[in-house]
Amino acid sequence: MTINGNRITFKMTPFRLILIGFSLIFVGIVAYRLVNGLQMTNLTDAWPWGLWIFIDVKLGVALAAGGFTTAGIYYVLGVKKVKPVVKPAILTAWLGYCLVGFGLLMDLGRWYGWWHPIFSWGEHSVMFELYMCVLLYTIVLTCEFAPVLFKGIGLIKVSSFFTSLTAPLVIGGIALSTMHQSSLGSMYVLTLGKLNELWWTMLLPVLYYSSAVAVGPAMVTCETALAGRFFRHDWDAPAMTFLAKWSGYVMSFYALLRFSDLAVRGQLGALFALDTESLMCLLELAIGCVLPLFFFWSYKLLGREMTKAMIVRNAVLMVLGVALNRGNVVFTGMAKAAGTSYFPSAGELFLSIGLLSVGILVYLFIVENFDVFPAHDRYVNTKKEPVQPQGAGCARA
Amino acid sequence: MSKGVLVDMTKCFGCGACTVACKLWNEKKYDEVNKPTLGEQAQLVDINWTVVSKHDVTDKSGHPAWRFAKKQCLHCVDPACASSCLVGALRKTEQGPVIYHPDLCVGCRYCMVACPFNIPKYEWDKSFPKVSKCQMCFTRVAAGEQPACIAVCPNQVMTFGDRDALVQEAHKRIADNKELYVNHVFGETEVGGTAWLYLSDQPFAKLGFKTAVPQESLPAYTWQILSKLPAILLGWTAILSGIYFINKRRNSIAEGKQDSTGGPQA
Repeated sequence: MTINGNRITFKMTPFRLILIGFSLIFVGIVAYRLVNGLQMTNLTDAWPWGLWIFIDVKLGVALAAGGFTTAGIYYVLGVKKVKPVVKPAILTAWLGYCLVGFGLLMDLGRWYGWWHPIFSWGEHSVMFELYMCVLLYTIVLTCEFAPVLFKGIGLIKVSSFFTSLTAPLVIGGIALSTMHQSSLGSMYVLTLGKLNELWWTMLLPVLYYSSAVAVGPAMVTCETALAGRFFRHDWDAPAMTFLAKWSGYVMSFYALLRFSDLAVRGQLGALFALDTESLMCLLELAIGCVLPLFFFWSYKLLGREMTKAMIVRNAVLMVLGVALNRGNVVFTGMAKAAGTSYFPSAGELFLSIGLLSVGILVYLFIVENFDVFPAHDRYVNTKKEPVQPQGAGCARA
Repeated sequence: MSKGVLVDMTKCFGCGACTVACKLWNEKKYDEVNKPTLGEQAQLVDINWTVVSKHDVTDKSGHPAWRFAKKQCLHCVDPACASSCLVGALRKTEQGPVIYHPDLCVGCRYCMVACPFNIPKYEWDKSFPKVSKCQMCFTRVAAGEQPACIAVCPNQVMTFGDRDALVQEAHKRIADNKELYVNHVFGETEVGGTAWLYLSDQPFAKLGFKTAVPQESLPAYTWQILSKLPAILLGWTAILSGIYFINKRRNSIAEGKQDSTGGPQA
């Protein structure tokens, strides 16, 4: 069997062997969890949500925002210089949402009923809206990436059919993303009185959406830098500089909103109270907002050209900042209301690690065999035995 | 008419008959060693839909005293759990009880995160767990009977009736006996009102009640956001489509060819 006229390849490296090891452990844990339920987790009545909701859902969705943002920048705003990153961004978003869907399925206590919301609508529930949008958007992403896959296996007509759908898919994808990225924040509006006031605000949906729009391209930047190292791609300076500026401006809007919201609600005192909540909030704001914005605006105001090191550092800071923000809402801000502590079990940890490993392996397989990166610097493989990817349950979401 | 229950905690002497009646009626297991229903360690868990907790307090004359508080789901007038459920597995009935439909539940546990009183519990040790909480004996209530726990109480601690009438009754009792009661009916305004109402001679916080809760309905906050979404969705899609077509047209004029931004392989 051939893809794009070449034999299927999957180069074995020590790193990939480790990932395959984690994936095998993952398959075992999944089987055990599906049969025995959630006993393997450290979740309790006080902590009904834990690591899986944080990593696989809250963080996964936010970091996969690179798909709809770069697609929007390229197709809707018509910024052509970002073209080289669009396909890789859609691929990682697509895989990201498949992982999110699978992670969520693992977290559902009665997982066999995952399809119930399609027929039994809880229309007053933010979770319902989130479920529907994530389900539809995963289908949209599959269709957006389908041209590359079908072209690879030689079905040119099917490929061009999906290509002709691009405009409505991209616009629909942005609309769906707007809804569910903000919903991840709206979900916590119902926790008034439980979630610490440093994070509880009616602006949660706007804050979640704007930080996702900022962190999406930042995540694409991190991925591009990593992929560039592995596959020896050139650094596409115009595209990456544009993304860095985009993230810088949107993150400035987010920071302005976040700090004014804290000030208007009279929470600045609590922000500097130096208890656990305040320290975690300060850390989040320092890493995710203050530092990257300081670098961004100092380069901007001094008129300096943004270097690769500066762009990647800023992107990493923003990704860490958003991770801290989501973690603070799920854990730090809810700790007082819970009254006890929570730490994930080994099973929870390895399931999340394994899920990510499967995702990386599938990504590597697709990147090596399909036209994802621009053709001129595509990695040329040495001939090795073909290895099948373990895309366990991706289509389930 | 929506039903409610008025609990006068000054009358409770902590026999625990209500917890036994609850277990019998709802066929829940006993585990008094690990999950007691009575005493200082009593707490609501998957098998305990109601408990009677014991609290050491000081009475009006300054002597140490015991007080007992019967705890269960408060059956909010506008329940956060029901609004949070993505499949409508938790529903507020017309008669008052907030009831659970396990056949619909997918087990996301958002209700547990949403409940301002942390009432819904989970069967963590089951393969396909259910959410577990007091159903206010809804089949009995629908048949015009009172819940099992109330029927067995030997000291008439609880009064079952129409919620609106019970709120008036509660205020009448406070007015009639100002020296005894704290001037507050717990559940009258908490999270927009609950079906279960409480009278006490001790501050409610001392009897393990969560008093720092919002005084208005929580689902109303979420609805402020959700109700705007259809308009935002339509408006945003229209704006994006507009920008897309303007850019497409501008590009095709500039480059003298068609559709330079369409298609991922363009």
